[in-house]
Amino acid sequence: MGQEAGQPMKAHLLYRDRDLDMAQALPSGSGALVQDLELETLFGAMAQGDKAVAAVVRQAVLTSLADVETILYRQDILKDCLRWEAVVRDMYALLVETIEVERKNYIGFGFHYPAGMLHRSVDVLQMFFGVLQKLRGLAEQNVDRFESEGLRALFAMLIAELSDDYLATIRQHLQRLKFRGGILVSARLGKGNKGEGYVLRKENAPDNSWIERLLSPRPPAYAFRLPERDEGGARALSELRDRGITLVAGATFQAAHHITSFIKMLRTELAFYIGCLNLRRLLTALDEPVCFPVPHTASERDHRATGLYDVCLGLSMARKITGNTVDAKGKDVMIITGANQGGKSTFLRSIGLSQVMMQCGMFVPAESFAANVCERIFTHYRREEDATMSSGKFDEELSRMNDIAAEVRPNSIVLFNESFASTNEREGSEIARQVVTALMERHIKVFFVTHQYEFAHGLHARNLPNTLFLRAERQEGGTRTFRICEGVPLVTSYGQDLYAEIFVGQETARVAVAR
Amino acid sequence: MSNLPGDALTARDAGSGHRAHKYPQPLRGAPSAADQAGPQAADRQKLYDAFESILYQQAREPSQLPRTAPAYFRDLNLDQIVEVITAHKDEYDLKPFFYDALTTTDAIAYRHEVMGDLEHDRTLDRLNAFARKMSDMREQIARAQKLYYRLQKERWFLHAAETWCAAIRDLQADLAAAPLSSRGLLAFRAYVNRYAECARFVRLAATVGKLVEDLGAIHYCVLIKDNSFKVRKYDGEVDYSADILDTFRKFRQDDAEARRTDVPEAKDMNHIEAKILEFVARLYPEVFSRLEAFCLENRDFTDTTLARFDREVQFYISYMDYLTPLKRAGLCFCYPLIAVTDKTVSGEDAFDLALATKLIQEQTPVVCNDLQLTGNERILVISGPNQGGKTTFARMFGQLHHLASIGCPVPGRHARLFLFDALFTHFEREEDIRNRHGKLQDDLVRIHEILTRATPRSVVIMNEIFTSTALRDAVFLAREVLGHMIDLDCLGVCVTFLEELSSLNEKTVSMVSTVVPDNPAVRTYKVVRRPADGRSYALSIAEKYRVTYDCLKARIPE
Repeated sequence: MGQEAGQPMKAHLLYRDRDLDMAQALPSGSGALVQDLELETLFGAMAQGDKAVAAVVRQAVLTSLADVETILYRQDILKDCLRWEAVVRDMYALLVETIEVERKNYIGFGFHYPAGMLHRSVDVLQMFFGVLQKLRGLAEQNVDRFESEGLRALFAMLIAELSDDYLATIRQHLQRLKFRGGILVSARLGKGNKGEGYVLRKENAPDNSWIERLLSPRPPAYAFRLPERDEGGARALSELRDRGITLVAGATFQAAHHITSFIKMLRTELAFYIGCLNLRRLLTALDEPVCFPVPHTASERDHRATGLYDVCLGLSMARKITGNTVDAKGKDVMIITGANQGGKSTFLRSIGLSQVMMQCGMFVPAESFAANVCERIFTHYRREEDATMSSGKFDEELSRMNDIAAEVRPNSIVLFNESFASTNEREGSEIARQVVTALMERHIKVFFVTHQYEFAHGLHARNLPNTLFLRAERQEGGTRTFRICEGVPLVTSYGQDLYAEIFVGQETARVAVAR
Repeated sequence: MSNLPGDALTARDAGSGHRAHKYPQPLRGAPSAADQAGPQAADRQKLYDAFESILYQQAREPSQLPRTAPAYFRDLNLDQIVEVITAHKDEYDLKPFFYDALTTTDAIAYRHEVMGDLEHDRTLDRLNAFARKMSDMREQIARAQKLYYRLQKERWFLHAAETWCAAIRDLQADLAAAPLSSRGLLAFRAYVNRYAECARFVRLAATVGKLVEDLGAIHYCVLIKDNSFKVRKYDGEVDYSADILDTFRKFRQDDAEARRTDVPEAKDMNHIEAKILEFVARLYPEVFSRLEAFCLENRDFTDTTLARFDREVQFYISYMDYLTPLKRAGLCFCYPLIAVTDKTVSGEDAFDLALATKLIQEQTPVVCNDLQLTGNERILVISGPNQGGKTTFARMFGQLHHLASIGCPVPGRHARLFLFDALFTHFEREEDIRNRHGKLQDDLVRIHEILTRATPRSVVIMNEIFTSTALRDAVFLAREVLGHMIDLDCLGVCVTFLEELSSLNEKTVSMVSTVVPDNPAVRTYKVVRRPADGRSYALSIAEKYRVTYDCLKARIPE
């Protein structure tokens, strides 16, 4: 990736042709997505306390990709990072340390004295000079070992831009900034003939021979030397010197700032992959598998996975989670019914998590995974916290559905978890039916966990080829396996099991009293 | 002047959305603002040639203007209004103009016309621009006088001359483009044209222009090393800061600005700067000798009449600026019809300007009121519950008359007002209540003085008189006072708690304040023309509960 002269140096590790834009507004519904999929757990695991990583993974995950090509671009880079983890972590550590040293250099510094500010900025440039040399060395060592397009281009760019000539130019500046030959400023006459528009100048290089210079007339110049003990004059002259210095100090500060911004940009671009490395390390320790997903275009319909597990549940419980197998190739609508606490919510979350992870270029928590990408990813979960305000709750639910409807477009995915159940079943089922039917006809993929028999059964009765019915598995005698299998909706949801489990002690007691 | 149709000016709407109204017809004998052929053309030309003042047809010297506010200013809160209007305008000393009530309708018409021209935003902007330049110029001259180094003083003096020339040229061009029809501004335009084209000004402008250009072209370098410096002409040396930025630009990821440590800029020159300037003058001797000659030859380049205009036009500008936020809030202003004999007074959607200013700042709605005195009616007697806007109404009546008398638009959708010879107010003050006996005496002395000085052409405003007196005395005294006013046939307002006064005879009109008593947040502040029957309080409650006669009729089916 050759970069033209004058163009800013870019890493482009997340997009082939641009930076990750940390200021890009997150899509609406991101808050719900974070809450419903418990993404904070994922972000925390990836960041491992590094705030930069935390911010970057949040941005990358939530500004999800819908184009397969960029997903594969990131997957390739991530594969390189997994292969050369130590190299990548060393490079990242160098960037972090540099930023820290730079930050400390300016701490407690008021910038009131131009000379002081220049001195600080020159120090920082000096420090950066060393870092740039190291970066170039690192690039030279690794450019041939890495395989991904993105990282190879980054290393090639560093080698080209940080050439010997260029590093020599920086060294010259660092020398000249000591101003051994005095300060040359130009000015014009401003208000009241006071000098203004001060510009610090570089002395013209003598462009002719010393004989010519001897013969040509010297331009007129008037010189003044301060008399001894003219303290006011010395102060005034130093002010004038500051006026020149302040310009170059500003430029030098800006130069240092440019390099800082470059280093920070590099760190930002790398941070995403550091997050991935951190996550893999944790999952490996839990003996959980990860795999690179096979993304299909948004217009296709695929959703096949084996060993698909809820990564957030695994991380928060710090143990291996039962994986599910799902085959929803060619399906638009997946209805999940079945026993309470039978793993429906966990399953739905694993669907959502794997989708967002795939769509930011990560590996996914599964043994194998293939799915179409989705234009937008939404969640619509029943909110437990305000269960008491039943009248306002249905209102609130529909209000959130309204928000989704304002944004959703074909080939998006919406995950519903017990939605529209805060009213009676008939009304709720009717709303759910209308919502899902409309979404389906707009080519929007739907996963819907529901207890509403009317709704689930009604849809099943339509016998549509693009719907799939899944059910939380339950073994004889009521034992849950937390496995989700294909299965038609059943009339009851085994609430009595739950009742028995919780109330059994009291039931026994009451029976005893009756006797 | 007789009570003929020409007695009054045609009122125009000064409200925000209604500018298309007919221009006020000037009075008989006055030069017409509109283009008219015939004998008046000569008069008009005379006026243009003799332009003196934008506020008066003959200029008044500062010594002829009142230095103190009229006695009624404080009672009517006009002092607050003028304070706000003239805030930040001290340099113009505008208050005397706001104190100086005019005595003829033509003098008022002269101002209405100018104000009408200024309602074109562009015209106002142009004159504002002129004012800014004049202000800059004065400041520059002051600097030139104050400073120490000759080369610096000379340059500030040149700045002032440069500002003056630009101000005149821009003013000439701006006025040429402005749609003008007032006698005042047309005459002023003619004056400016003549001034801008006179040989003296043309020469001044040329000299200034050349000097500014030549001084601006000077570019020099200072090489500072240790305790010495060298000054020479600039010779194409490159900008080293730019050179540094070029080197490092490729790292740039954002558009962050350079961090600047601005060296504080002293206004004066220190002796090092002066020394450098002296060297620069030696490098460019020809330009600097021309500058010196210019200053010696043009010690006073301004013009008295233009300077007077600059001050006086601020009267209009400041008043219009003051009205802008009020108009934006939806309040109406109008050019009142002014009469000198016919005592019909009317107003629609009028309000207390001082209170409105405060309410608009607090984003509280302003309640407008109507008023009317026709035929033999002379005095508005206002009674009713407290906190209902009675005093505000009385103030409004006085404000309208004073503002009309200084030729300003007044609050209201339209208004017809009387050109008084004197305006008197008597407002009871809270702090006086302690000393009852002394107070009653003082009150009567003051009221007597007012009634002695008042004429049939005066306006008298009495607010809550005799409140601290025994009821019988109060009724008696108030009847007497009101009787005097009625006999005098002056115009007036009397705010009182004494309902007996409201129906004294055909010259008095009863008005009552209305409130929603149990919900102070919904005060109506409406003062309406209605007999004082003592029921207004109860009535408003009944209306709130929809149990009035009308309401009940409507609610109960036949």
